[in-house]
Amino acid sequence: MHIHKFEKIWLIFGITTLIVFLTVIGVSAFYLGNQPPSCLATINPEKVDTTAPFNEPGLKKVEGKEWDYELVYVASAFSYNPGQVEVPLGAKVKVIATTKDVIHGFEVAGTNINMMLEPGFISEYVTTFDKAGEYLIVCNEYCGVGHHMMTSKIEVVE
Amino acid sequence: MNTNSMNPKVDRRDGKLSMAHFYVAFTALAIGGLAGLLQTLVRSGKFELPSWTGYYQILTIHGVVLGLVLTTFFIMGFQLALVSKTSGTFTDKQRLTGWIGFWTMTIGTVMAAIMILTNQASVLYTFYAPLQAHALFYLGLTLVIVGSWIDGAAIIMAYTSWRKANPGKPSPLLTFMSLVNTLMWIVATIGVAATVLFQLLPWSLGLVDRVDVLVSRTLFWYFGHPLVYFWLLPAYMAWYAIVPKIIGGKIFSDSLARMSFILFLLFSIPVGFHHQLMEPGIDPAWKFLQVILTFLVVIPSLMTAFSLFATFEMFGRSKGATGLFGWVKKLPWGDARFAVPFIGMLAFIPAGAGGLVNASHQLNQVVHNTIWVTGHFHLTLATSVVLTFFGISYWLVPHLTGRVLTKAMNKLAIIQGVIWAIGMTFMSGAMHAAGLLGAPRRSSFSTYGGSEQAAEWIPYQIAQAVGGTILFLGIILMLYIFINLAFFAPKGEEEFPVGEVADQAEKTPMVFENWKLWLGITVLLILFAYTIPFIDMIQNAPIGSKGYKFF
Repeated sequence: MHIHKFEKIWLIFGITTLIVFLTVIGVSAFYLGNQPPSCLATINPEKVDTTAPFNEPGLKKVEGKEWDYELVYVASAFSYNPGQVEVPLGAKVKVIATTKDVIHGFEVAGTNINMMLEPGFISEYVTTFDKAGEYLIVCNEYCGVGHHMMTSKIEVVE
Repeated sequence: MNTNSMNPKVDRRDGKLSMAHFYVAFTALAIGGLAGLLQTLVRSGKFELPSWTGYYQILTIHGVVLGLVLTTFFIMGFQLALVSKTSGTFTDKQRLTGWIGFWTMTIGTVMAAIMILTNQASVLYTFYAPLQAHALFYLGLTLVIVGSWIDGAAIIMAYTSWRKANPGKPSPLLTFMSLVNTLMWIVATIGVAATVLFQLLPWSLGLVDRVDVLVSRTLFWYFGHPLVYFWLLPAYMAWYAIVPKIIGGKIFSDSLARMSFILFLLFSIPVGFHHQLMEPGIDPAWKFLQVILTFLVVIPSLMTAFSLFATFEMFGRSKGATGLFGWVKKLPWGDARFAVPFIGMLAFIPAGAGGLVNASHQLNQVVHNTIWVTGHFHLTLATSVVLTFFGISYWLVPHLTGRVLTKAMNKLAIIQGVIWAIGMTFMSGAMHAAGLLGAPRRSSFSTYGGSEQAAEWIPYQIAQAVGGTILFLGIILMLYIFINLAFFAPKGEEEFPVGEVADQAEKTPMVFENWKLWLGITVLLILFAYTIPFIDMIQNAPIGSKGYKFF
């Protein structure tokens, strides 16, 4: 099949760009560890309140791990527990969250923390809070009539 | 292109079948458009819905009616007309099949609509189990899909009989393209059919207690991404094979057009995980594999862009254009059949770029489920595709009803296209910007307890309402033109433009018609991308979810 010379050049240029782009996100994912939140741990969604660590939601200092704090959230229609939390500036934090009922979103607006919370699964993401201020958490996945009222707050303090 | 069996005119009986599809499609445009207007108004914070309805109910109407009903009915009506025109009038049996498909789809639509209107199904159009809608909602949508399969069967039957009557010859290009899109649709809808039949229906009927949410989402998105290509390919058909004829030029290459359609068939299905990048329960390595497969559709997209602009340039130069861009001036800007789809093509440039962001492993984290995504598909589906559909209607509807597109209507159609472009610039632009700031999608108006961050989003939401209002004016104009072309325009003959292949293009290889080969590769790619993660999901499954009715 004949392909026009200019079209060949156009396709070679395009495909090369594509390969470069995919290499960049591949290296970022597998070498630098910038993977999306993909935790494979499961939980009984009806026993969240009695299952550790979700029986005690909130910020906890931990020792001997790659992160300094664990920030545990339980989502349910239409709120997060805790509803507000203070995090020290510069803390490396593992955010751990799950839902007791339907699917919820967990987005710390204006940051890269963005996870789906699905019944039966735990979602995790490790991040460093290196800018002081108030951050809004919003549910960004439709969960019912009170969806837009579902919110929480993180204050990063010195 | 092979023209020996081409009909000079679509047979009146086949025309009626297509028009039936269009009546439903444009009714959907009216209802869904009104719902869209109300949403943007509510989200501006300056308007409240009456107490008997709710934002999420309106949102469900908007999504189902425009994303599923308008598109499926228009596409099936268009493809049936293309096949009847390029492969010959349907036999009675083929036409009857088409009518059975139409009525099945229509009954399903009415069932789903009743459930939405009585607020028993405000689960938006992506279902969101374990939110549980009434069983009749799921059943209605199943009938829409099954009906589209029956419509598709008419296309497959017509293709098969053409091939039998013309051994050793490549099928007419537009029939070939309609067939590829129909095959892709059938392979893709197996996913949504599986989740509805085996999970959601038995669960909503109370036959089983629990539903596996992750499996249901995976099956949905297996269908949910090819769905967007099902919308896009008919627009590509018009861009590749119809627009060249409208401007008076030739199709750049028949074989390259076929090749790009085959590539879309291969690469549009095994990619659903890029909608699930932020979800637990799926190994990141498998997510990355599907990200790579997603990006392969860049190749046929680049081929399409090249082919279109090559056609435009060849035409301009044949009219004596000089200089690098002199040919731009020679294009028929006063012809709505060209100008309106052209606005759609332009919108596809930022739309495609935004799509690359959404599908990226890490960039997705910034925009996932923000209103940026809504802005993105209002450029792709609601501009590129929809304006091309409008451009098609301007000649197809009068052709099928034995009327003509008058000068006045042509002018109005161009005004409509410009209004659409202005409205969408406001609405989609504001959505993209607010999304980058973190504003969520699918949410009613909220100040989030007086949050300073959320206050930054509100001016953009007001801009969305301005855009939404302008777009609604565009919808009213479009409906006016459609009704004119269907019932009131002067009687006459409107051309059905089918492009011819450029003289220097080479003979089309027959390998493109080898469906065992292409469907075989498609199935292999799907198995490669889904088997292991799917087994993981089932082996590693948590206890299923009971149903919730939070609406």
